[in-house]
Amino acid sequence: MTPFSYARAADTAEAVRLGAADRAKYLGGGTNLVDLMRETVERPAALVDVTGLSAAIEARDDGGLLIGAAARNTAVAEHRAVRLGHPVLARAILAGASAQIRNMATVGGNILQRTRCTYFYDDDGSRCNKRSPGQGCDAIGGFNRNHAILGASSACVATHPSDMCVALAALDATVHLQGPQGARSVPLTALHRLPGDHPELETVLQPGELITAVALPAPSVAARSTYRKVRDRASYAFALVSVAAVLELERGTVKEVRLALGGVAPKPWRATKAEAALRGNPATERSFRAAAEAELADAAPLRDNGFKVELAIRTITAVLGALAEEAA
Amino acid sequence: MDNMTTPPANPATPHTGGTTPAHTAHITLTVNGSAHRLTIDTRTALLDTMREHLALPGTKKGCNQGACGACTVLVDGERVLSCLALAVQYAGRSITTVEGLAGEDGLHPLQLAFIEHDGFQCGYCTPGQICSAVGMAAEVARGVPSVLTADLSADTVALTQDELRERMSGNLCRCGAHNGIVAAIAETHAAGRLARSTQTDLREAAE
Repeated sequence: MTPFSYARAADTAEAVRLGAADRAKYLGGGTNLVDLMRETVERPAALVDVTGLSAAIEARDDGGLLIGAAARNTAVAEHRAVRLGHPVLARAILAGASAQIRNMATVGGNILQRTRCTYFYDDDGSRCNKRSPGQGCDAIGGFNRNHAILGASSACVATHPSDMCVALAALDATVHLQGPQGARSVPLTALHRLPGDHPELETVLQPGELITAVALPAPSVAARSTYRKVRDRASYAFALVSVAAVLELERGTVKEVRLALGGVAPKPWRATKAEAALRGNPATERSFRAAAEAELADAAPLRDNGFKVELAIRTITAVLGALAEEAA
Repeated sequence: MDNMTTPPANPATPHTGGTTPAHTAHITLTVNGSAHRLTIDTRTALLDTMREHLALPGTKKGCNQGACGACTVLVDGERVLSCLALAVQYAGRSITTVEGLAGEDGLHPLQLAFIEHDGFQCGYCTPGQICSAVGMAAEVARGVPSVLTADLSADTVALTQDELRERMSGNLCRCGAHNGIVAAIAETHAAGRLARSTQTDLREAAE
């Protein structure tokens, strides 16, 4: 680990002021950043601790929910309004990491966590365009069972590891930001970037910008939502494929559907093609499968991860089937 | 506060580069009810601070990357991984390690149950398992759901074998003593003794 200064921000204004320093990084629970610093993948000169900023989970006038970025993952998953109004979010968080890590990790940190691609982590022995731009990618010709089948590029095939973000993508969440130029908000689905030629640029955040909160729109009373994660062991493993889904039926047809995938892409993947194929169509296994196939039509599997295509199709079909049964 | 100690400015665990005063922190850490004034390199993990500077080696360093749970401690009653925790972030919080679980009347009930049920072979993961289980009991008591919880509207949690295993999945035992570990935790929880007051609680209550 390289040396760094440490300061605990008392409020957002102080955090943003301190965060403007050269090579400064915001520190949440540290579950990812401290690990990456130990591996010398991250080498900040200054850490600005933002865990003292808002962790409140508050109902908004429009029936939505505002979640302070410093809220711990456990606090979100156990909150009554989340469990009852947005079960997909509670379930996604509870499917991630371990209880200890969920107690530490913040919402802001979860969103900005970095890929667990082992080549990205291997600072000493592997080439990685995300870690060292222009160096090359050893994952593309290497062991890439866990890597992306959608949205990747010839520069990077790493996946975004978050479960929580997949649910936030399906919930049409908005991320509130505060930076040196002021405040703004960005849809969660527009926050992360696809790698293209610049996999080192992972989000649209400007230098020094801080995530302050996540806003969820009011849930539709008739909608059902859930999260399913497929992984190599029953607990405490990253997703091979995961599906977050919100489904609302009307007389046997799909009135509204929002679908997002994890484990298959460099960002939380909103499955807009599948959604378009479903809206207004009968809620049957056949149409669910056809929609899933439409989404995966663009999949570009690597040497070791071809299985993810069929696994994603089957998981989407199964999750929609289960929600349709619940909604009927 | 009792037992105030001021160890010498410490050499940090192996690192690259030199440090300056900007990279040093003066903090007070409260561990098992005792406050310790420390001058540490900002890079020092909570785990290393306790083991190397506070003579509390009960908390174990396994993977040192958040994968094994051996370093689990309780912070304000919540279980966390001390290897991924920078000590500077935990100034002013109340930390409990396995050394703080035994009371005036002897071992914590879960420690006794681990002996009774052969909840270990080499014993290296044991302090983390035990601290984790005590933290889990508090989560169960306040109705925190798990990924297995079918009904998210339920206020109470039934700690079935599957629920217990899921909730303890962050603690690995490479000897494979999981069956004994699960039996010890289940028995102590069923007897209502898992969340028994720790030494830390007793000391803080006395102050």
